[in-house]
Amino acid sequence: MRPFRYEHVVDRDQALRAGAGANASYLAGGTTLVDLMKLDVLRPERVVDINALSADHGQIRAGADGLYLGALARMAQAAGHPAVRRDYPVIAQSLELAASPQIRNMASLGGNVLQKTRCPYYRDVSWNACNKRVPGSGCAAIGGVNRRLAVLGTSASCIANYPGDFAVALAALGATVDIEGPGGRRVVAIEDLHRLPGEAPHLETSLAPGDLITGFAVPAGPWTRNSLYLKVRDRQSYEFALASAAVAVDLDGKTVRQARIGLGGVATRPWRAHAAEAALQGKPLDEATARAAAEAAFDGAVSHGGNAFKVELGRRTLVRALLQASALEA
Amino acid sequence: MAMVRNEGAGPSRRGLLAGLTGAASALPIVAGAAHAAEPRPATHDRPTLDLSLNVNGRPRRLALDPRTTLLDALRDQLGLTGAKKGCDQGQCGACTVLIDGTRVLSCLTLAATVQGRPVITIEGLAQGEALHPMQTAFIEHDAFQCGYCTPGQILSAVACVNEGHASTDAEVREFMSGNICRCGAYPRIVSAIGGAASKMRRS
Repeated sequence: MRPFRYEHVVDRDQALRAGAGANASYLAGGTTLVDLMKLDVLRPERVVDINALSADHGQIRAGADGLYLGALARMAQAAGHPAVRRDYPVIAQSLELAASPQIRNMASLGGNVLQKTRCPYYRDVSWNACNKRVPGSGCAAIGGVNRRLAVLGTSASCIANYPGDFAVALAALGATVDIEGPGGRRVVAIEDLHRLPGEAPHLETSLAPGDLITGFAVPAGPWTRNSLYLKVRDRQSYEFALASAAVAVDLDGKTVRQARIGLGGVATRPWRAHAAEAALQGKPLDEATARAAAEAAFDGAVSHGGNAFKVELGRRTLVRALLQASALEA
Repeated sequence: MAMVRNEGAGPSRRGLLAGLTGAASALPIVAGAAHAAEPRPATHDRPTLDLSLNVNGRPRRLALDPRTTLLDALRDQLGLTGAKKGCDQGQCGACTVLIDGTRVLSCLTLAATVQGRPVITIEGLAQGEALHPMQTAFIEHDAFQCGYCTPGQILSAVACVNEGHASTDAEVREFMSGNICRCGAYPRIVSAIGGAASKMRRS
């Protein structure tokens, strides 16, 4: 690991001042940052420990208008919160099916959303070609071992998949992200937080240097209770998704008033499947309409040999999730 | 190179091995060759951090490089080698310790971030000569072979029970998935945890 200056801050103003310094990184749980610093992938010169801000930005509140999740709440806190489990099961499940108990105790929600891809060429600096790690260096994954990588939202520069689960649930539920930064406070839609790779995959989010995520607001809706997270993976536990679906449905009998769909494991960023949602609107939710929605969700998918199976796996994952959600309502 | 301070007296095999490992680390690392052309900043004049750690109920003062993980501080500075370095990437659970009673991975925890918070390692689990019920259960159920993952397994298992995640074998398997055992002692680990859980709930 390269040397860095460690700074412990005790409030938000201190954090923002320190975070605005050149090549600074905020440190919460450390499960991404410390890991990637050891691997020499991330090389901050200043590490700003924001864990003391947990008192102000680690709270979880549920009310009539929705759910608020402080960015420094830990994954395990949110997964175990009674209101989250009862009223937002897709969020609780996305967290509990992720990582290990130890990591869920450490990792903050803000850090979880910002976790880096598990693309092996990004994580291993002995590979020279990685546009995400070294802009303009090429992509070793497109012609390489890409079984786990993305089929949606890819570009000719990068097919690294977004590996997280929680942000996929947030995308399905239309959450917003509270951000504090040198430019003041702002709120962005979760779908606008992560960027598509395009020609600049090293630019991963819409965050500016020094920006700090302080929390996530999830609007209430009749669909949040009828929601679930289905995760398909190589191992039964402690494994990233090959394909996952976050599904929330509001049904009138069997007819879909509104469906909210997020996809994980298959895309370059937390993915909201708008076309699939539109395909279900006003239709009875059954195997045929679920299949049609899944076809719409993966319309335009691009695969590269090793990950070709993920297109059909992703469709079937979504079909099963939708049918399970329709059974919840009944 | 820092001398290893063992809790016991006299020279030890581990101290000798630690010295050899330190010497080996001065050799160039082939995997980093892609960046070999970039000079690394000198580290000797970097500020060290004066930290107060609370390990197994004892206050410990250390002067550490900011890069030091809790795992390295425990093993190399404090001589507490119960927490094991398996993968050093947060994937195996051999380094599991309890902080504020919560199980975490010491390999991904910077020592600087745990100032003043109580850390429990496997060395601090027993009460004097009386083993913790989970330690006794691991012995009674023969829940290990080589033993390398065992300290992490036991601390993780204690937390698993305290969290209320040990009511069925299936729940134990799910909530112990962060601790890998390459000997494959899982069936006995699950039965040991089940046995200890009922004793821990009674006490």
